[in-house]
Amino acid sequence: MPEILQLIDASAGYNDDVILRNVNLTIFDQDYIGVIGPNGGGKTTLVKLILGLLKPMQGEVKYYASGNTNLIGYLPQVSQTDKNFPITVLEVVLSGLMSSKGKHARYNKSDKAKALNILQMMGVAHLRDKSIGQLSGGQMQRVFLGRAIISEPRLLILDEPNTFVDNKFEHDLYELLHQLNHKMAILMVSHDVGTITTHVKTIACVNRNLHYHKSNIITQSQLTAYNCPIQLITHGDVPHTVLGEHHHHHHD
Amino acid sequence: MTEHIFQLFEYAFFRNAIFAAILASVTCGIVGSYIVARRMVFISGGITHASFGGIGIAYFFGLNPVLGAAVFSVLSAIGIEYISGKTNVREDSAIGILWSLGMALGIIFVFMTPGYAPNLMSYLFGSILTVGKTDLWLMLGLSALIAGFFIRYYHLILFVAFDEDYARSHRISVNFLKYIIISLVALTIVMNIRVVGIILVISFLTIPQSAANLFTHNLKKMMILSTLIGIIGSLSGIYISYFLNIPSGATIIFVFVLIFGIAKSYQLLSIRAGIKRQVKSS
Repeated sequence: MPEILQLIDASAGYNDDVILRNVNLTIFDQDYIGVIGPNGGGKTTLVKLILGLLKPMQGEVKYYASGNTNLIGYLPQVSQTDKNFPITVLEVVLSGLMSSKGKHARYNKSDKAKALNILQMMGVAHLRDKSIGQLSGGQMQRVFLGRAIISEPRLLILDEPNTFVDNKFEHDLYELLHQLNHKMAILMVSHDVGTITTHVKTIACVNRNLHYHKSNIITQSQLTAYNCPIQLITHGDVPHTVLGEHHHHHHD
Repeated sequence: MTEHIFQLFEYAFFRNAIFAAILASVTCGIVGSYIVARRMVFISGGITHASFGGIGIAYFFGLNPVLGAAVFSVLSAIGIEYISGKTNVREDSAIGILWSLGMALGIIFVFMTPGYAPNLMSYLFGSILTVGKTDLWLMLGLSALIAGFFIRYYHLILFVAFDEDYARSHRISVNFLKYIIISLVALTIVMNIRVVGIILVISFLTIPQSAANLFTHNLKKMMILSTLIGIIGSLSGIYISYFLNIPSGATIIFVFVLIFGIAKSYQLLSIRAGIKRQVKSS
């Protein structure tokens, strides 16, 4: 598989505070990586580093881009958006075309048709002229996901996509991601380890360092070995914490 | 009464005032909508008051006060934008410091200037009835520049304002755009200080826009609607101030607040009526 991007011995943080140290990670086409780790461990820093919002303090981030198309589509955390901002749903989706349009951005009928098409795919076309703040959490996530994929990026990054959404949306989301994964690599940050591990192909444990686990099955003892202090939660009728349940699974 | 209203147009000062009010409404309608959408009201207040330092310094050196204010406010605007980009200093504190520094410099330099500074009050409270031809040409130029820029780059401005990080992830030069826009904000403030004064200019940038925001959540429509509200409010304000012989700047702002109050009540009443209808039909 061709590479999309590569983090080479990259460290990153804010001001003098180094949060991620010496991270190595290569993302290939068709990858489906789940990023897990404790709060403050550097999951969001990793995303910012990959997106180019943070420059590496050390090491480098290498992009294998071709042409001026958008390499990465990005679904930020819902809580980060200003819900009173005067922008319509259709405009939000159109903004996903920014990089191909450049700074002289003009959006014509075919762009709008494309955006509407995406909204239809997300099942929210009827909301096109609503302002973003009038939407529910799930509807908003659909719109932002539309913005992330309208440019047909090679890599789709999702930061906590399953917070503030209903079960129906969560189910639809994973189904949609499964389909999208045929066309683009996916990197998904989540606090809900139990749920994502059933969908992703591989796992990246992030806690100041990054440990790449080439399987979607991970045990508590492996997490401990990766210095990744989070608890695995299985999803039965009643969610409960299970420690070290998968001891019999393969180790890499 | 009607005759009286039209007779006023025979006076050049009155025609100038009307043109100034319309041009102020255009610049404030566009830039103010951006300020309200991006929640930059406090930043704009800081820039406004910082510009007083420029006025004072220009007085002292015998230069054109509007020019002094323009230079000073653009520089402080760029400074504020730079500081808010670097996370080390708390942005609101930095704005507070610039805010009072500008006022302090203004007061000191005006005090040190020999003789009495006769127009000082007009900078603090505005004096639309003394706007001259040069002021009008400057305002016209600025209106054309701002309208042209916002129309040409509307989508880019909208998308960057809505989600900076997203724009950055698309390799858009967000900072460059922000420096250009904050400079336009500063110039808008300085030009409109002539109309309503330092103390009231922030109202011209926020009240018509907030009223417009009650009826639309589309930035483009908000810009157009707040320009219209600005024109209606400022023209009525000028007439009322003329006939009641009270200060024009303050009257204009009072009319704005009145319009906002009516719009807000209308909105609340129509929401309540909507709920009643829903309750009845269910």
